[in-house]
Amino acid sequence: MKMPLQFRVNGEDYEVYVEPWKTLLEVLRDELELTGTKAGCLAGECGTCTVIVDGKAVKSCLMLAPQAAGREIMTVEGLAQGGKLHPLQQAFIDHFAFQCGFCTPGMLMSSKALLDENPHPTADDVKEGLYGNFCRCTGYVKILEAVLAAGAKPRG
Amino acid sequence: MRPFEYLAPKDLDEACSLLSKHRDEAKILSGGQSLVALLRQRLVSPAYVIDIRRVPGLDYIREDKDGLSIGALTTHRTVEISPAVAKRFPMLAEAEHRLAHRQVRNWGTIGGNLSHADPGGDLAPSLMALGAEVKVVSAKGKRTIPVVEFFTDYMVTVIEPDEIMVEVSIPYLKAGSGGAYHKESIRAGDRPIASVAAVVSLDGKAGIIRSARIALGGVGLTPILAKEAGKSLAGKKATAAVVLEAGAIAAREAQPTADVEGSVEYKRHIVGLLTRDMLNLAMARAQSK
Ligand SMILES: Cc1cc2nc3c(=O)[nH]c(=O)nc-3n(C[C@H](O)[C@H](O)[C@H](O)COP(=O)(O)OP(=O)(O)OC[C@H]3O[C@@H](n4cnc5c(N)ncnc54)[C@H](O)[C@@H]3O)c2cc1C
Ligand code: FES
Ligand code: FES
Repeated sequence: MKMPLQFRVNGEDYEVYVEPWKTLLEVLRDELELTGTKAGCLAGECGTCTVIVDGKAVKSCLMLAPQAAGREIMTVEGLAQGGKLHPLQQAFIDHFAFQCGFCTPGMLMSSKALLDENPHPTADDVKEGLYGNFCRCTGYVKILEAVLAAGAKPRG
Repeated sequence: MRPFEYLAPKDLDEACSLLSKHRDEAKILSGGQSLVALLRQRLVSPAYVIDIRRVPGLDYIREDKDGLSIGALTTHRTVEISPAVAKRFPMLAEAEHRLAHRQVRNWGTIGGNLSHADPGGDLAPSLMALGAEVKVVSAKGKRTIPVVEFFTDYMVTVIEPDEIMVEVSIPYLKAGSGGAYHKESIRAGDRPIASVAAVVSLDGKAGIIRSARIALGGVGLTPILAKEAGKSLAGKKATAAVVLEAGAIAAREAQPTADVEGSVEYKRHIVGLLTRDMLNLAMARAQSK
Protein backbone atom coordinates (compact mmCIF):
# COMPACT_ATOMS: atom_id res chain seq x y z
CA MET A 1 0.00 0.00 0.00
CA LYS A 2 1.42 3.33 -1.02
CA MET A 3 1.76 6.19 1.41
CA PRO A 4 2.46 9.87 0.80
CA LEU A 5 6.00 11.04 1.42
CA GLN A 6 6.90 14.70 1.56
CA PHE A 7 10.49 15.79 1.72
CA ARG A 8 12.95 18.28 0.32
CA VAL A 9 15.57 17.13 -2.14
CA ASN A 10 18.26 19.50 -3.35
CA GLY A 11 16.19 22.45 -2.21
CA GLU A 12 12.97 21.38 -3.94
CA ASP A 13 9.84 20.13 -2.21
CA TYR A 14 8.54 16.77 -3.33
CA GLU A 15 5.45 14.75 -2.58
CA VAL A 16 5.50 11.21 -3.88
CA TYR A 17 3.50 8.08 -3.15
CA VAL A 18 5.71 5.21 -2.14
CA GLU A 19 5.48 1.74 -0.73
CA PRO A 20 6.95 1.93 2.78
CA TRP A 21 9.25 -1.02 2.15
CA LYS A 22 11.17 1.00 -0.43
CA THR A 23 14.47 2.51 0.60
CA LEU A 24 15.37 6.14 0.16
CA LEU A 25 17.80 4.98 -2.53
CA GLU A 26 15.00 3.36 -4.54
CA VAL A 27 12.77 6.41 -4.21
CA LEU A 28 15.52 8.80 -5.29
CA ARG A 29 16.46 6.72 -8.31
CA ASP A 30 13.13 5.27 -9.42
CA GLU A 31 10.56 7.90 -8.40
CA LEU A 32 12.57 11.12 -8.60
CA GLU A 33 14.83 9.80 -11.38
CA LEU A 34 17.85 11.20 -9.60
CA THR A 35 20.15 8.42 -10.74
CA GLY A 36 23.37 10.12 -9.68
CA THR A 37 23.11 8.23 -6.38
CA LYS A 38 24.43 4.77 -7.14
CA ALA A 39 23.19 1.38 -6.01
CA GLY A 40 26.21 -0.73 -5.14
CA CYS A 41 26.14 -3.42 -2.48
CA LEU A 42 22.70 -2.58 -1.01
CA ALA A 43 24.07 -3.72 2.34
CA GLY A 44 25.59 -0.61 3.85
CA GLU A 45 29.14 -1.61 3.02
CA CYS A 46 30.30 0.27 -0.07
CA GLY A 47 29.06 3.86 0.27
CA THR A 48 28.07 4.48 -3.37
CA CYS A 49 24.54 5.33 -2.20
CA THR A 50 25.66 8.01 0.27
CA VAL A 51 23.44 11.09 0.47
CA ILE A 52 23.22 13.88 3.03
CA VAL A 53 20.16 13.84 5.29
CA ASP A 54 19.70 16.86 7.57
CA GLY A 55 23.39 17.62 7.25
CA LYS A 56 24.68 14.11 7.90
CA ALA A 57 26.07 11.57 5.44
CA VAL A 58 23.95 8.40 5.47
CA LYS A 59 23.59 5.35 3.31
CA SER A 60 20.36 5.63 1.38
CA CYS A 61 20.25 1.85 0.78
CA LEU A 62 19.73 1.34 4.52
CA MET A 63 17.20 4.09 5.13
CA LEU A 64 13.56 3.20 4.74
CA ALA A 65 11.92 5.86 2.62
CA PRO A 66 9.31 6.88 5.24
CA GLN A 67 12.19 7.86 7.56
CA ALA A 68 13.02 10.63 5.08
CA ALA A 69 9.64 12.33 5.58
CA GLY A 70 10.00 16.03 6.33
CA ARG A 71 13.75 15.89 6.05
CA GLU A 72 16.21 17.79 3.90
CA ILE A 73 18.05 15.52 1.49
CA MET A 74 21.00 16.43 -0.68
CA THR A 75 22.22 14.24 -3.53
CA VAL A 76 25.11 14.65 -5.93
CA GLU A 77 22.73 16.44 -8.32
CA GLY A 78 22.45 19.22 -5.74
CA LEU A 79 26.15 20.06 -5.63
CA ALA A 80 26.57 22.17 -8.76
CA GLN A 81 24.92 25.58 -8.53
CA GLY A 82 23.91 27.78 -11.49
CA GLY A 83 25.84 25.65 -13.96
CA LYS A 84 28.99 25.91 -11.88
CA LEU A 85 30.58 22.84 -10.36
CA HIS A 86 30.93 22.64 -6.59
CA PRO A 87 34.57 23.19 -5.49
CA LEU A 88 34.73 19.52 -4.49
CA GLN A 89 33.64 18.40 -7.94
CA GLN A 90 36.21 20.68 -9.54
CA ALA A 91 38.89 19.35 -7.18
CA PHE A 92 38.01 15.76 -8.13
CA ILE A 93 38.55 16.69 -11.80
CA ASP A 94 41.73 18.65 -11.15
CA HIS A 95 43.24 15.82 -9.12
CA PHE A 96 42.09 12.93 -11.36
CA ALA A 97 40.16 11.52 -8.41
CA PHE A 98 38.04 9.09 -10.41
CA GLN A 99 38.38 6.49 -13.09
CA CYS A 100 35.14 4.59 -13.72
CA GLY A 101 33.31 7.12 -11.54
CA PHE A 102 30.90 4.72 -9.87
CA CYS A 103 32.05 5.60 -6.36
CA THR A 104 32.29 9.33 -7.10
CA PRO A 105 28.79 10.50 -6.11
CA GLY A 106 29.12 8.76 -2.76
CA MET A 107 32.66 10.04 -2.28
CA LEU A 108 31.50 13.58 -3.03
CA MET A 109 28.59 13.44 -0.59
CA SER A 110 30.72 12.01 2.23
CA SER A 111 33.33 14.69 1.49
CA LYS A 112 30.70 17.43 1.43
CA ALA A 113 29.34 16.36 4.82
CA LEU A 114 32.88 16.21 6.16
CA LEU A 115 33.86 19.69 4.93
CA ASP A 116 30.60 21.18 6.18
CA GLU A 117 31.47 19.91 9.66
CA ASN A 118 35.22 20.43 9.45
CA PRO A 119 36.17 22.92 6.68
CA HIS A 120 39.93 22.32 6.91
CA PRO A 121 40.41 18.62 7.62
CA THR A 122 43.73 16.84 8.01
CA ALA A 123 44.55 13.77 5.93
CA ASP A 124 43.49 11.59 8.86
CA ASP A 125 40.18 13.43 9.14
CA VAL A 126 39.50 12.79 5.45
CA LYS A 127 40.40 9.11 5.73
CA GLU A 128 38.07 8.82 8.70
CA GLY A 129 35.23 10.64 6.92
CA LEU A 130 35.57 8.50 3.79
CA TYR A 131 36.09 5.22 5.61
CA GLY A 132 32.66 3.97 4.55
CA ASN A 133 33.23 4.64 0.85
CA PHE A 134 34.94 2.07 -1.34
CA CYS A 135 36.72 2.78 -4.60
CA ARG A 136 37.76 -0.16 -6.74
CA CYS A 137 39.78 1.92 -9.22
CA THR A 138 41.85 4.79 -7.91
CA GLY A 139 43.67 3.48 -4.88
CA TYR A 140 42.25 6.43 -2.88
CA VAL A 141 45.33 8.65 -2.99
CA LYS A 142 43.92 10.99 -5.64
CA ILE A 143 40.62 11.20 -3.81
CA LEU A 144 42.42 12.13 -0.60
CA GLU A 145 44.40 14.80 -2.45
CA ALA A 146 41.25 16.23 -4.04
CA VAL A 147 39.38 16.53 -0.74
CA LEU A 148 42.40 18.04 1.01
CA ALA A 149 42.75 20.57 -1.83
CA ALA A 150 39.07 21.50 -1.63
CA GLY A 151 39.44 21.79 2.13
CA ALA A 152 42.47 24.04 1.83
CA LYS A 153 40.63 26.59 -0.34
CA PRO A 154 38.58 29.29 1.32
CA ARG A 155 35.00 28.40 0.54
CA GLY A 156 32.17 30.81 -0.03
CA MET B 1 11.64 -6.80 0.90
CA ARG B 2 8.31 -8.38 1.63
CA PRO B 3 5.50 -5.83 2.00
CA PHE B 4 4.63 -4.72 5.52
CA GLU B 5 2.46 -2.12 7.14
CA TYR B 6 4.46 0.88 8.32
CA LEU B 7 3.42 2.43 11.61
CA ALA B 8 4.97 5.56 13.08
CA PRO B 9 3.76 6.07 16.66
CA LYS B 10 3.95 9.66 17.86
CA ASP B 11 4.98 8.84 21.40
CA LEU B 12 6.14 6.02 23.64
CA ASP B 13 2.63 5.18 24.88
CA GLU B 14 1.38 4.69 21.35
CA ALA B 15 4.47 2.65 20.46
CA CYS B 16 3.83 0.38 23.47
CA SER B 17 0.17 -0.13 22.64
CA LEU B 18 0.98 -0.94 19.00
CA LEU B 19 3.56 -3.46 20.17
CA SER B 20 1.24 -5.08 22.68
CA LYS B 21 -1.34 -5.45 19.91
CA HIS B 22 0.96 -6.85 17.22
CA ARG B 23 3.68 -8.53 19.32
CA ASP B 24 5.48 -11.19 17.24
CA GLU B 25 4.07 -9.82 14.00
CA ALA B 26 5.86 -6.51 14.54
CA LYS B 27 9.45 -5.33 14.37
CA ILE B 28 10.72 -2.12 15.91
CA LEU B 29 12.68 0.14 13.57
CA SER B 30 15.18 2.64 14.98
CA GLY B 31 18.01 3.44 12.59
CA GLY B 32 17.50 0.42 10.36
CA GLN B 33 21.25 -0.10 10.00
CA SER B 34 20.75 -3.74 10.91
CA LEU B 35 17.02 -4.25 10.34
CA VAL B 36 16.84 -2.99 6.73
CA ALA B 37 19.49 -5.49 5.67
CA LEU B 38 17.59 -8.30 7.41
CA LEU B 39 14.36 -7.20 5.71
CA ARG B 40 16.03 -7.07 2.33
CA GLN B 41 17.46 -10.57 2.72
CA ARG B 42 14.03 -11.71 3.97
CA LEU B 43 15.62 -13.07 7.11
CA VAL B 44 12.78 -11.31 8.87
CA SER B 45 9.39 -10.57 7.31
CA PRO B 46 7.25 -8.73 9.86
CA ALA B 47 3.66 -7.80 9.06
CA TYR B 48 4.22 -4.47 10.83
CA VAL B 49 7.24 -2.25 11.09
CA ILE B 50 6.90 0.13 14.03
CA ASP B 51 9.20 3.08 13.43
CA ILE B 52 10.13 4.65 16.78
CA ARG B 53 12.77 6.94 15.30
CA ARG B 54 10.69 10.08 15.91
CA VAL B 55 9.34 9.09 19.30
CA PRO B 56 10.33 12.08 21.42
CA GLY B 57 12.43 11.92 24.55
CA LEU B 58 14.71 8.97 23.75
CA ASP B 59 17.68 10.85 22.31
CA TYR B 60 19.86 12.19 25.14
CA ILE B 61 23.07 11.76 27.09
CA ARG B 62 22.60 12.81 30.68
CA GLU B 63 25.11 12.98 33.52
CA ASP B 64 22.97 11.85 36.44
CA LYS B 65 24.05 11.63 40.07
CA ASP B 66 25.26 8.03 40.02
CA GLY B 67 25.84 7.40 36.37
CA LEU B 68 25.55 8.34 32.74
CA SER B 69 22.17 7.76 31.08
CA ILE B 70 21.94 7.38 27.33
CA GLY B 71 18.57 7.35 25.53
CA ALA B 72 18.04 4.34 23.28
CA LEU B 73 17.65 6.49 20.16
CA THR B 74 20.98 8.27 20.64
CA THR B 75 23.07 7.69 17.54
CA HIS B 76 26.49 6.07 17.59
CA ARG B 77 27.98 9.30 16.30
CA THR B 78 26.48 11.32 19.15
CA VAL B 79 27.94 8.91 21.69
CA GLU B 80 31.29 8.89 19.86
CA ILE B 81 31.77 12.66 20.08
CA SER B 82 29.98 13.34 23.37
CA PRO B 83 32.20 15.26 25.83
CA ALA B 84 30.40 13.55 28.74
CA VAL B 85 31.20 10.10 27.35
CA ALA B 86 34.81 11.11 26.65
CA LYS B 87 35.18 12.34 30.22
CA ARG B 88 33.42 9.48 32.01
CA PHE B 89 33.97 6.44 29.79
CA PRO B 90 36.64 6.96 27.14
CA MET B 91 36.49 3.22 26.40
CA LEU B 92 32.93 3.64 25.12
CA ALA B 93 33.90 6.51 22.82
CA GLU B 94 36.75 4.36 21.51
CA ALA B 95 34.38 1.46 20.88
CA GLU B 96 32.04 3.77 18.96
CA HIS B 97 34.90 5.21 16.95
CA ARG B 98 35.62 1.80 15.43
CA LEU B 99 32.00 0.75 15.05
CA ALA B 100 31.36 0.49 11.30
CA HIS B 101 31.97 3.89 9.69
CA ARG B 102 30.70 7.45 9.71
CA GLN B 103 27.48 6.95 7.71
CA VAL B 104 26.31 3.99 9.79
CA ARG B 105 27.19 5.81 13.00
CA ASN B 106 25.24 8.86 11.86
CA TRP B 107 21.97 6.93 11.69
CA GLY B 108 22.30 3.77 13.81
CA THR B 109 21.38 3.92 17.49
CA ILE B 110 22.72 2.47 20.72
CA GLY B 111 19.36 0.84 21.50
CA GLY B 112 19.20 -0.80 18.08
CA ASN B 113 22.75 -2.04 18.37
CA LEU B 114 22.16 -3.80 21.70
CA SER B 115 18.74 -5.14 20.71
CA HIS B 116 20.14 -6.55 17.48
CA ALA B 117 22.41 -8.65 19.73
CA ASP B 118 25.10 -9.44 17.22
CA PRO B 119 27.72 -11.27 19.32
CA GLY B 120 30.39 -9.23 17.54
CA GLY B 121 28.73 -5.92 18.43
CA ASP B 122 31.13 -3.27 19.71
CA LEU B 123 29.15 -1.84 22.61
CA ALA B 124 28.14 -4.87 24.66
CA PRO B 125 31.60 -5.84 25.98
CA SER B 126 32.32 -2.40 27.43
CA LEU B 127 28.82 -2.07 28.86
CA MET B 128 29.12 -5.51 30.47
CA ALA B 129 32.50 -4.72 31.97
CA LEU B 130 31.20 -1.38 33.24
CA GLY B 131 28.18 -3.01 34.90
CA ALA B 132 25.65 -1.08 32.79
CA GLU B 133 21.91 -1.70 32.75
CA VAL B 134 19.22 -1.25 30.15
CA LYS B 135 15.71 -0.02 30.83
CA VAL B 136 12.85 -1.46 28.82
CA VAL B 137 9.18 -0.45 28.83
CA SER B 138 5.93 -2.00 27.65
CA ALA B 139 2.24 -1.35 28.11
CA LYS B 140 2.52 -3.47 31.27
CA GLY B 141 5.28 -1.42 32.90
CA LYS B 142 9.02 -1.12 32.98
CA ARG B 143 11.98 -3.17 34.08
CA THR B 144 15.73 -2.81 34.37
CA ILE B 145 18.08 -5.50 33.09
CA PRO B 146 21.83 -5.72 33.71
CA VAL B 147 23.60 -5.93 30.35
CA VAL B 148 25.33 -9.12 31.56
CA GLU B 149 21.89 -10.78 31.72
CA PHE B 150 20.57 -9.24 28.51
CA PHE B 151 21.86 -11.65 25.84
CA THR B 152 20.58 -15.22 25.87
CA ASP B 153 21.55 -16.73 22.52
CA TYR B 154 22.72 -15.84 19.03
CA MET B 155 20.91 -12.58 18.26
CA VAL B 156 18.41 -13.25 21.05
CA THR B 157 17.86 -11.10 24.13
CA VAL B 158 15.54 -11.16 27.13
CA ILE B 159 13.44 -8.38 25.55
CA GLU B 160 9.84 -9.54 25.09
CA PRO B 161 8.11 -8.84 21.77
CA ASP B 162 6.02 -6.09 23.37
CA GLU B 163 8.96 -4.32 25.04
CA ILE B 164 11.02 -1.34 23.88
CA MET B 165 14.47 -0.47 25.14
CA VAL B 166 14.45 3.15 26.26
CA GLU B 167 17.73 3.74 28.07
CA VAL B 168 21.21 2.49 28.80
CA SER B 169 22.61 3.58 32.16
CA ILE B 170 26.22 3.21 33.20
CA PRO B 171 27.34 3.67 36.82
CA TYR B 172 30.30 6.00 37.25
CA LEU B 173 33.64 4.38 37.99
CA LYS B 174 34.97 4.75 41.52
CA ALA B 175 38.21 6.63 42.05
CA GLY B 176 41.20 4.48 41.17
CA SER B 177 39.34 2.67 38.38
CA GLY B 178 39.89 2.63 34.65
CA GLY B 179 38.68 0.82 31.55
CA ALA B 180 39.80 -0.03 28.03
CA TYR B 181 38.35 -1.72 24.95
CA HIS B 182 39.84 -2.92 21.71
CA LYS B 183 38.52 -4.79 18.72
CA GLU B 184 41.02 -6.75 16.70
CA SER B 185 39.76 -6.98 13.13
CA ILE B 186 41.01 -7.48 9.61
CA ARG B 187 40.30 -3.82 8.79
CA ALA B 188 39.52 -1.29 11.51
CA GLY B 189 35.73 -1.02 11.71
CA ASP B 190 35.13 -4.58 10.50
CA ARG B 191 33.63 -7.48 12.38
CA PRO B 192 35.89 -8.54 15.24
CA ILE B 193 38.30 -11.44 15.18
CA ALA B 194 37.85 -10.90 18.90
CA SER B 195 37.25 -7.90 21.10
CA VAL B 196 37.98 -7.39 24.78
CA ALA B 197 36.82 -4.84 27.34
CA ALA B 198 38.46 -4.60 30.75
CA VAL B 199 37.56 -2.48 33.76
CA VAL B 200 39.92 -2.52 36.73
CA SER B 201 39.66 -0.98 40.16
CA LEU B 202 42.96 -0.50 42.02
CA ASP B 203 43.79 -0.02 45.64
CA GLY B 204 46.08 2.90 44.88
CA LYS B 205 48.70 2.82 47.64
CA ALA B 206 49.26 -0.90 47.76
CA GLY B 207 49.23 -1.56 44.01
CA ILE B 208 46.61 -4.24 44.63
CA ILE B 209 43.78 -5.01 42.21
CA ARG B 210 40.56 -4.55 44.12
CA SER B 211 38.37 -5.97 41.34
CA ALA B 212 38.41 -6.53 37.59
CA ARG B 213 35.74 -7.24 35.02
CA ILE B 214 36.56 -8.58 31.58
CA ALA B 215 34.10 -9.05 28.71
CA LEU B 216 34.62 -10.59 25.30
CA GLY B 217 32.99 -9.90 21.91
CA GLY B 218 32.84 -11.95 18.74
CA VAL B 219 33.94 -15.19 20.35
CA GLY B 220 30.66 -16.92 21.17
CA LEU B 221 26.94 -16.95 20.49
CA THR B 222 26.63 -13.90 22.74
CA PRO B 223 29.05 -11.39 24.18
CA ILE B 224 30.67 -13.12 27.16
CA LEU B 225 31.52 -11.91 30.66
CA ALA B 226 34.81 -13.69 31.44
CA LYS B 227 33.98 -14.19 35.12
CA GLU B 228 36.87 -16.44 36.07
CA ALA B 229 39.46 -14.22 34.42
CA GLY B 230 38.11 -11.22 36.33
CA LYS B 231 37.96 -13.14 39.60
CA SER B 232 41.53 -14.38 39.21
CA LEU B 233 42.77 -10.82 39.62
CA ALA B 234 40.86 -9.77 42.72
CA GLY B 235 43.14 -9.06 45.67
CA LYS B 236 46.31 -9.72 43.69
CA LYS B 237 49.27 -7.44 43.25
CA ALA B 238 49.23 -6.12 39.68
CA THR B 239 52.21 -7.96 38.17
CA ALA B 240 52.85 -8.97 34.58
CA ALA B 241 52.41 -12.61 35.57
CA VAL B 242 48.89 -12.26 37.00
CA VAL B 243 47.80 -10.20 34.00
CA LEU B 244 49.14 -12.85 31.64
CA GLU B 245 47.38 -15.56 33.64
CA ALA B 246 44.09 -13.65 33.42
CA GLY B 247 44.55 -13.56 29.65
CA ALA B 248 45.02 -17.31 29.56
CA ILE B 249 41.86 -17.83 31.61
CA ALA B 250 39.86 -15.44 29.39
CA ALA B 251 41.09 -17.34 26.32
CA ARG B 252 39.61 -20.52 27.84
CA GLU B 253 36.34 -18.77 28.67
CA ALA B 254 35.96 -17.67 25.05
CA GLN B 255 33.80 -19.94 22.87
CA PRO B 256 34.84 -19.00 19.36
CA THR B 257 34.00 -20.84 16.16
CA ALA B 258 36.24 -20.94 13.10
CA ASP B 259 35.27 -18.63 10.23
CA VAL B 260 36.87 -16.18 7.78
CA GLU B 261 38.14 -14.14 10.73
CA GLY B 262 40.26 -17.01 11.97
CA SER B 263 40.53 -20.44 13.57
CA VAL B 264 39.42 -21.28 17.08
CA GLU B 265 43.03 -21.41 18.31
CA TYR B 266 43.89 -18.08 16.71
CA LYS B 267 40.86 -16.33 18.20
CA ARG B 268 41.66 -17.68 21.66
CA HIS B 269 45.22 -16.48 21.23
CA ILE B 270 43.98 -13.00 20.31
CA VAL B 271 41.63 -12.99 23.33
CA GLY B 272 44.63 -13.73 25.58
CA LEU B 273 46.74 -10.94 24.12
CA LEU B 274 43.92 -8.39 24.08
CA THR B 275 43.01 -9.22 27.66
CA ARG B 276 46.60 -8.59 28.74
CA ASP B 277 46.77 -5.32 26.79
CA MET B 278 43.38 -4.01 27.91
CA LEU B 279 44.11 -4.85 31.55
CA ASN B 280 47.40 -2.97 31.34
CA LEU B 281 45.76 0.02 29.67
CA ALA B 282 42.87 -0.01 32.15
CA MET B 283 45.34 -0.06 35.07
CA ALA B 284 47.39 2.77 33.59
CA ARG B 285 44.20 4.80 33.30
CA ALA B 286 43.14 3.83 36.81
CA GLN B 287 46.43 5.17 38.16
CA SER B 288 46.20 8.43 36.28
CA LYS B 289 42.89 9.30 37.95
C1 LIG C 1 28.22 -1.84 7.04
C2 LIG C 1 27.89 -2.03 8.48
C3 LIG C 1 28.92 -2.24 9.39
C4 LIG C 1 28.64 -2.41 10.74
N1 LIG C 1 29.69 -2.57 11.60
C5 LIG C 1 29.44 -2.69 12.92
C6 LIG C 1 30.52 -2.78 13.84
O1 LIG C 1 31.69 -2.73 13.48
N2 LIG C 1 30.21 -2.91 15.17
C7 LIG C 1 28.92 -2.96 15.63
O2 LIG C 1 28.70 -3.06 16.83
N3 LIG C 1 27.88 -2.86 14.77
C8 LIG C 1 28.12 -2.73 13.44
N4 LIG C 1 27.05 -2.64 12.57
C9 LIG C 1 25.68 -2.81 13.10
C10 LIG C 1 24.97 -1.54 13.34
O3 LIG C 1 25.75 -0.44 13.53
C11 LIG C 1 24.06 -1.56 14.54
O4 LIG C 1 23.63 -2.82 14.87
C12 LIG C 1 22.95 -0.64 14.25
O5 LIG C 1 23.40 0.65 14.45
C13 LIG C 1 21.69 -0.95 14.99
O6 LIG C 1 21.01 0.23 15.35
P1 LIG C 1 19.76 0.73 14.54
O7 LIG C 1 19.23 1.87 15.30
O8 LIG C 1 20.14 0.96 13.16
O9 LIG C 1 18.78 -0.53 14.72
P2 LIG C 1 17.72 -1.17 13.73
O10 LIG C 1 18.40 -1.72 12.55
O11 LIG C 1 16.61 -0.24 13.51
O12 LIG C 1 17.22 -2.37 14.67
C14 LIG C 1 18.04 -3.48 14.95
C15 LIG C 1 17.24 -4.52 15.75
O13 LIG C 1 16.94 -4.04 17.05
C16 LIG C 1 15.53 -3.90 17.25
N5 LIG C 1 15.38 -2.62 17.94
C17 LIG C 1 15.81 -1.41 17.49
N6 LIG C 1 15.62 -0.46 18.42
C18 LIG C 1 15.04 -1.08 19.49
C19 LIG C 1 14.60 -0.63 20.77
N7 LIG C 1 14.74 0.65 21.15
N8 LIG C 1 14.06 -1.54 21.61
C20 LIG C 1 13.94 -2.84 21.24
N9 LIG C 1 14.33 -3.33 20.05
C21 LIG C 1 14.88 -2.45 19.18
C22 LIG C 1 14.92 -3.98 15.88
O14 LIG C 1 13.63 -4.51 15.91
C23 LIG C 1 15.90 -4.87 15.14
O15 LIG C 1 15.62 -6.21 15.43
C24 LIG C 1 27.29 -2.43 11.20
C25 LIG C 1 26.25 -2.21 10.29
C26 LIG C 1 26.54 -2.01 8.94
C27 LIG C 1 25.43 -1.80 7.98
S1 FES D 1 24.73 0.56 -1.90
FE1 FES D 1 24.49 1.49 0.03
S2 FES D 1 26.37 1.14 0.97
FE2 FES D 1 26.56 -0.02 -0.85
S1 FES E 1 36.55 5.40 -9.66
FE1 FES E 1 35.85 3.40 -10.06
S2 FES E 1 35.16 2.80 -8.10
FE2 FES E 1 36.10 4.66 -7.68
